[in-house]
Amino acid sequence: MEQVLNQNVIDAVDLKHKKHIRILIITGFMFMVYLIGSIIHFDLPNLAKKWNKDRASMFMLDIYAHKDHIKMNWKDPQKIDVRFEGGHRHVYKDDPTWLIRNKNNQSTIVNFDNGGQFVFFPNRVEMRNFPNINEPFIFKLNKNGKPYVDGYVGKESMLPSWMRATENKVEVRPSLYERLQVYGSKVEVHRYELGWKYFWFDFDSPLVGKGFLDAISLMFNEDRVDPKISNFNLVVNEFLENEIWHHNTVLFAMVETLLMAILGTLIASMVGLPLAFLAAYNVTPLSSIRFFLRRLFDMLRGIDMLIWSLIFLRAFGPGLFTGIFAIAFTDTGTLGKLMSEAIENTDKKDKEGIQSTGANKVLQHRFGIIPQILPIFISQSLYYLESNTRAAVIIGAMGAGGIGLHFLGALMTGNDFENVAYMAILVLVAVMCIDTMSAKLRRLLIGIEDKK
Amino acid sequence: MYSDNILGFETIEKNLKAMAFKRLIYSFISILAILFLLSSGLTIAEENNAGSFQRGLSKFFDYPVDLFKEAFESGWRWYAYVFKYLPDLISTINMAFFSTLFGAIFALLLSLFASKNLIKNQYIVTFSRRTMDILRSFPELVIAMIFLYLMGKSELPAVIAIVIHTAGALGKLFSEAIENADNKPIEGLQSCGASWWQRVRFAVIPQVIPLFISYTLLRLEINVRASTILGFVGAGGIGEALSAVIQFRYGDEIIAIMFLLVITIISLDYFSRFLRGRLIGDNK
Repeated sequence: MEQVLNQNVIDAVDLKHKKHIRILIITGFMFMVYLIGSIIHFDLPNLAKKWNKDRASMFMLDIYAHKDHIKMNWKDPQKIDVRFEGGHRHVYKDDPTWLIRNKNNQSTIVNFDNGGQFVFFPNRVEMRNFPNINEPFIFKLNKNGKPYVDGYVGKESMLPSWMRATENKVEVRPSLYERLQVYGSKVEVHRYELGWKYFWFDFDSPLVGKGFLDAISLMFNEDRVDPKISNFNLVVNEFLENEIWHHNTVLFAMVETLLMAILGTLIASMVGLPLAFLAAYNVTPLSSIRFFLRRLFDMLRGIDMLIWSLIFLRAFGPGLFTGIFAIAFTDTGTLGKLMSEAIENTDKKDKEGIQSTGANKVLQHRFGIIPQILPIFISQSLYYLESNTRAAVIIGAMGAGGIGLHFLGALMTGNDFENVAYMAILVLVAVMCIDTMSAKLRRLLIGIEDKK
Repeated sequence: MYSDNILGFETIEKNLKAMAFKRLIYSFISILAILFLLSSGLTIAEENNAGSFQRGLSKFFDYPVDLFKEAFESGWRWYAYVFKYLPDLISTINMAFFSTLFGAIFALLLSLFASKNLIKNQYIVTFSRRTMDILRSFPELVIAMIFLYLMGKSELPAVIAIVIHTAGALGKLFSEAIENADNKPIEGLQSCGASWWQRVRFAVIPQVIPLFISYTLLRLEINVRASTILGFVGAGGIGEALSAVIQFRYGDEIIAIMFLLVITIISLDYFSRFLRGRLIGDNK
């Protein structure tokens, strides 16, 4: 008997196991089919081909380095100027130490840290002393005004891989940090150096070259740099009005984005909580109001933040209001729904206890329900604050303004990658700050509630 | 003894009043802070907004009403638009689905190394957690725009961006779920001499898989919204279609796309809630 029962049990388990395995195999197969189809659809095998290597390396280089442009026109070889990042306003008045002008043979030498040199002559450019490059290359113009590499005319394919000669341009890049471009009209050398130059103070600021600590100590120094205003104001003004890094606009945009997130969440929670009470069946007896509010929450939530921001963009124009209201509308729906469910899940004994003392409805809710839902309310609001900080950046880029829009703008210009990186880091720091702050606040507030 | 008791009551009352007063002060300060934040923030907003608040409020309904009017005027043709944009919608949903899947796989791998009850080495745990924090902190749009710039316009950058963000966000939830899992099955297997992978496979994963699936479904919902937005900056799908018709000011088509989006999001919401209810309910 026992044996038979055991056999039955074993059979049943076996059957279930077989079914389980079958389902697993079928799901696995479908999963594989989907995966393969999608990989083909999204063109994953061509990932490497799509990856624009030049752009990516320029992007990376620009993030951690800056460059000086040294330019010579073939028509006026004596007039060589050095500009920071090639900017029109940023021409160095005094030659940097690595630029040596030799009056005797009319040459100008650009020195690099690895010992390499580009030497400008009125009729040619020479490349000397670069490590691991033994051959001295010489670049000249031919009779038609086209650039060429001396000794390599007609055998361009013999040139090293870091040099490229086309009809109108010779491009030389021995390493990432040196670059020479020879055109028919001009020669341009890019000299890269590590670091974010002029991050603290602008090119033509009186405080140029001062670091962060220098600036802080200068702030509290009695001797005025500029007799008209105090050092403190001077440092702050010069920092904010930096035209290379645009601290003024960027920082204000960051504040705008944070304000969007904070105000949007605040309004959502302040409107959502009372509505949640009205939508909970243990508070509102009228089912029509409840039904209406439930559908209102669904609508607010279902219309995406993107669509709300588009609608508000038309009404309020680009600015803070668009962001605030897009966030507030969406999250009123989400918080309202969450909180109304939380209110319905509260223990009704608390409320009955208050009711038995003869308290009226308002007091019953105040002391019977609110203490139960407050921790959930606070922690949910703070969670939404965190996700809204990210959302505000995104809405900003959609047109509402703030750091998102500046980020998009800087990326689209295609040559201010250091600003792109700066803003990305700023966003990262802001998001992390808000995350840690809200985690701390949550622990603090809910901790107090628990102890009570 | 008796007098002690009286004194005790007095002290208790005094303490209670002091505590109540302290709480009152705290509430008062926080309410003041919130009001200050609201008023100053709204003032800044009013000063820096392109249009004023009141004018915006009066114009708020203009745009939706215009759109609806146009949609109404186009009559039967409007229904054709809904079907016209269906393929775009499917491509967006597929983008979200695929990246959620991949993101969840990465999140699973990361979360195993970020759970204190599975990995005893403190450094590995901290390192994986910080990695997830960083992956999570960048908004998808920021990553997507950089990759769009580097790779040209296609769906792939958006997929990569969503995978990165999803791996971070889900990884945190997953690792919390693993850490909250019951330790007894793990210890039971360990006592039989099970290896690390066997413990994970037979003690941890069966406990947390319903939670994992429910989190992943929630994330799928969020990612559908995200991939719509990424379409707006050039990743294809319904977002790109929407941005195009907005530029051309085709009111009827805008309404058709918005309709599709809202229906998708609401039905996804209900579907995932139903599935989550089944999953978590079954296993309890």
